Amino acid sequence: MINEPFATGNSIIHRLDPRIRVGLTCGYVFVVALSYQFSVLVVALVISLALIVISQVKTTEVLKRIIWVNALIFLLWLLLPFTFYGDVLTHIGSFAIYRPGVVLAAQITLKSNAILLASIALMATMSFATLGHALYRLHIPEKIVHLLLMTYRYVFVIEQEYLRLVRAAKIRGFRPGTNANTYRTYSYVVGMLFVRAAARAERVHQAMLCRGFKGKFYSLQEFQISSVSWIFAILMTAIIVGLAFMEWSRFIPLF
Amino acid sequence: MHISEGVLSGSVLISGGALAAIGTAIGLKKLNYDRIAKAGILSAAFFVASLIHVPIGPANAHLILNGLVGLLLGWAAFPAILVALVLQAVLFQFGGITALGVNTIIMALPAVLCYLICSPFLHKKSTLALAAAFVCGFLSVLLSALVLGLALVFTEENFFEVAAIVIGAHIPVMIIEGLITAMCVAFLKKVQPTMLPGFPEK
Repeated sequence: MINEPFATGNSIIHRLDPRIRVGLTCGYVFVVALSYQFSVLVVALVISLALIVISQVKTTEVLKRIIWVNALIFLLWLLLPFTFYGDVLTHIGSFAIYRPGVVLAAQITLKSNAILLASIALMATMSFATLGHALYRLHIPEKIVHLLLMTYRYVFVIEQEYLRLVRAAKIRGFRPGTNANTYRTYSYVVGMLFVRAAARAERVHQAMLCRGFKGKFYSLQEFQISSVSWIFAILMTAIIVGLAFMEWSRFIPLF
Repeated sequence: MHISEGVLSGSVLISGGALAAIGTAIGLKKLNYDRIAKAGILSAAFFVASLIHVPIGPANAHLILNGLVGLLLGWAAFPAILVALVLQAVLFQFGGITALGVNTIIMALPAVLCYLICSPFLHKKSTLALAAAFVCGFLSVLLSALVLGLALVFTEENFFEVAAIVIGAHIPVMIIEGLITAMCVAFLKKVQPTMLPGFPEK
């Protein structure tokens, strides 16, 4: 169920310094999320697609995620054009379609896809453990990073635990439906999941104390910024600044 | 429950981020290193539990369980939920970086509020405790939907109808969450009452 299909690979992007990738992704996605001009959004989508191509990630996995995100966006297309009042664009039967609703739905579609693709290409191409260490080097508070790594470490274990509980329920003839028995069963599964998680946490904590845990995780990975990373950083920063300039230059009185 | 990227305005994203930072800071302050393992593993359990789909009539909904997480972790629910959302964002690309702050507020603020309101009743007589647990599950989803609705309306007044639909659509989820939280608390009271907050120490 839970996996990291993009994390391994040997493309240029996979080899870039994780800190640089995290920083650039944040900058890029914020600029895209706050842009409204179609020219900016289309350029951003093209750049994100280019990043996906460079990162050589599995196309089928990318497509799965694109379909997921766009299924949600499709709901917006069903709602916004009818509820977002403004100039009437056209009529379908007795329903009016409003122009601002269509414009907004189109903007959100472009933005979401551009952000999704860029995050896959730049962020999902590192393992979660690497992300944790990169965040630590970027001076994210230590406790958050600990919590992040701890959660990541045990999410797969807990998932196995959950699958075991569900298997046991199925063997006893459990078939989910809309009835009290189903909800009770799920409540007990969830309850048991939390009980086992807490018991495991206790053991893990004791094991950590035995090994001399003093509130610090050490990373043996040395981060070194290669020249390729620097070139990529400079290029990407130029792109981010360029997009921001395209979007907001009309607010600068000189232009 | 979360808002995907590219929907909200800059001011909403920034204020959400700032509020989430404050909540997380309080949560971290109360979370000493002895409890990090527990909080991390419980937030993993929360993450897995949110993948469970329960049937509601012909459709199904995934569990949210932020009320229960609030009961089990108190203020530490803030960092725990933040971390679970980061994991979701990186593994599934749900939610995402820009909406992280707002989504944390949507899930964690109701969790902490329900913890503050409902936890004093959990070790009372069983009917009262069950009622409190139901309220906790129900209210946490209701408040989450309201915060989500507010975030939409603050972005754009024309989002009002979308927000109303979102809140309305979550009413069945609120009832289910209330039931599941109540039965889950009943289960924990039998199996491991020390996990619930305010367990009277001997």
